[in-house]
Amino acid sequence: MWKTVIRRVLIMIPQLFILSLLIFILAKQMPGDPFTGLITPETDPNRIEELRIKAGFYDPWYVQYYNWITNAAQGDFGQSYTHKKPVASLIGDRAMNTFALALLSVILVYLIAIPLGVIAGRYTDTLADKAIVLYSFISFAIPAFVLYLIFVYIFGYRIMWFPTSGTVDVGLDAGTWEYYWNKFYHLILPAVSYAILGTTGIIQYLRTEIIDAKTMDYVKTARSKGIPMKKVYSRHIFRNSLLPIAAFLGFTITGLLGGSIFIETVFGYPGMGKLFMDSILSRDYSVITALVMLYGFLALLGSLLSDIILSIVDPRIRID
Amino acid sequence: MENKKEQAVDNLKSESSPPTGIQVVLREFKKDKLAMFSFLGLIALMTAVLVLAYFFIDQAAVMKVNLLERYTEPGVRGYVLGADEAGRDMFGQLIIGAKNSILIAIVITLIANIVGIGLGILMGYYGGFIDNFFMRIIDFFITLPTLMIIIVVVTIIPKYGMTELILIIAAFQWMSTARLVRSKALSEGRRDYISASKTMGTSDFAIMFKGLLPNLSSLLIVEVTLSFAGNVGIETGLSFLGFGLPPSTPSLGTLVSYAMNPIILSSKWWIWLPASILILVLMLGINYVGQALRRSADAKQRLG
Repeated sequence: MWKTVIRRVLIMIPQLFILSLLIFILAKQMPGDPFTGLITPETDPNRIEELRIKAGFYDPWYVQYYNWITNAAQGDFGQSYTHKKPVASLIGDRAMNTFALALLSVILVYLIAIPLGVIAGRYTDTLADKAIVLYSFISFAIPAFVLYLIFVYIFGYRIMWFPTSGTVDVGLDAGTWEYYWNKFYHLILPAVSYAILGTTGIIQYLRTEIIDAKTMDYVKTARSKGIPMKKVYSRHIFRNSLLPIAAFLGFTITGLLGGSIFIETVFGYPGMGKLFMDSILSRDYSVITALVMLYGFLALLGSLLSDIILSIVDPRIRID
Repeated sequence: MENKKEQAVDNLKSESSPPTGIQVVLREFKKDKLAMFSFLGLIALMTAVLVLAYFFIDQAAVMKVNLLERYTEPGVRGYVLGADEAGRDMFGQLIIGAKNSILIAIVITLIANIVGIGLGILMGYYGGFIDNFFMRIIDFFITLPTLMIIIVVVTIIPKYGMTELILIIAAFQWMSTARLVRSKALSEGRRDYISASKTMGTSDFAIMFKGLLPNLSSLLIVEVTLSFAGNVGIETGLSFLGFGLPPSTPSLGTLVSYAMNPIILSSKWWIWLPASILILVLMLGINYVGQALRRSADAKQRLG
């Protein structure tokens, strides 16, 4: 098992290297350069040229790549020219918001999906089961941005239960209880909408797993020993079906990160996804490259995490 | 007496011979009324959109700015679904947008699946170096944040239109199909009938595409249908974010993106809601058909 983990971690290194090269080449292809944004009628063109030379704009690409990647490895992704501060600290601020949203969403995903999946599996072909299957089907088919907009429209503008953008209202002092409550309040609607889309896999997995378990020998044995059905569920079936659910954590995280662009755009939530969109529009390359690197790294980490958890909880999957 | 016995044997024969592909699909759709309804509804919807877009709606006339008609409400002065910020007819834009979105998704699905299926079969059949080489590439790209990379690529391309959009999206969509087809081709390639073909000296190409491919067809139909739904989602999503079709060519996603303006979202529902509902209906319909096809491809899940 440790062999597998180490091998997977080692595979990540060339993967990250290729990803960084790919992103670097893409970024170099973008029109303009970081200093185009500084040009105003008053600036001296020679001054801009000087800046370009100083920043190594005319160096051969492999020198530029080497400089970029060695700095990046030390956490220095350069300067954001629209925000006028280091990319790392800019992303750091936004990352906190995205992680808060992702954390609440993951909790909600499990809170919604586990009971629904268990009910659907235990009481198959009842009205409840059919309703749950329908719900998971619709949440699978509906495009994220359509669901988000409809939610903002209904809960934000029609019945006005929740705010429609931002992380916190203006005029509240940081550190007070009210401030944090307000922050949480801004999180609820995006997190719920986010979570609704993330439940499908877990619900369907649990449902089929429990239906399969009903016909298994160990359940029959337990039943024939006179153990009541309730106990068979709580002691035998749940334990066996719930464990692999942990492995969905990696996929859920990856899915949430990928979806953060849509949710943060629609809800006007200043996280990493929105930062990415803003940076693309303002051609802030140092931020774009750093964000794609970070997302790629987290995606690789997520799939690694899933594989590790899966091999721990399900001995059949262990590879070595 | 003798005759009756023969008849009984005949009956037995016809009962025990397994139904072929198309019969199973038909039976599945008969059992599942919702899937049947979705299938017919989808066909009707897509035909209506294409017929309206090509024979009844003049794109130039629809896209003409007419500020006097700005934000006309539905049903007023002949505007079935009202007008947008620039006084352009929303119904016309909806039909043109739907046509563009559907056609783009169809072309992406065709390209991505032809590449994916072809490569998948090659990988599964030959194994070895070809298999390893492409599997590494697929493993790498499949974990990447594809959406972000597509957006970056879109912003780089200087000349950018429908063809470029289709090619960029398709470049990232063949991988999961190739992986699925490969795993099926691997197990199918070890069957006796393939070995028999080999010993008879049939060419590899003929074995792959005349022997293997038809046996994967039920699986592939499901894959193609579901990837069509996925591609509708990706194109409309990108257009929604502003990285799909250029603003002059409406897509369902661009129409929904008007809702990013809070005034339009809160009080001009006719601009964004019809397109949202149309996307939702399309996705639900395609997925229902896909589910029914999946059940008919997998004997364990069949209803009838």
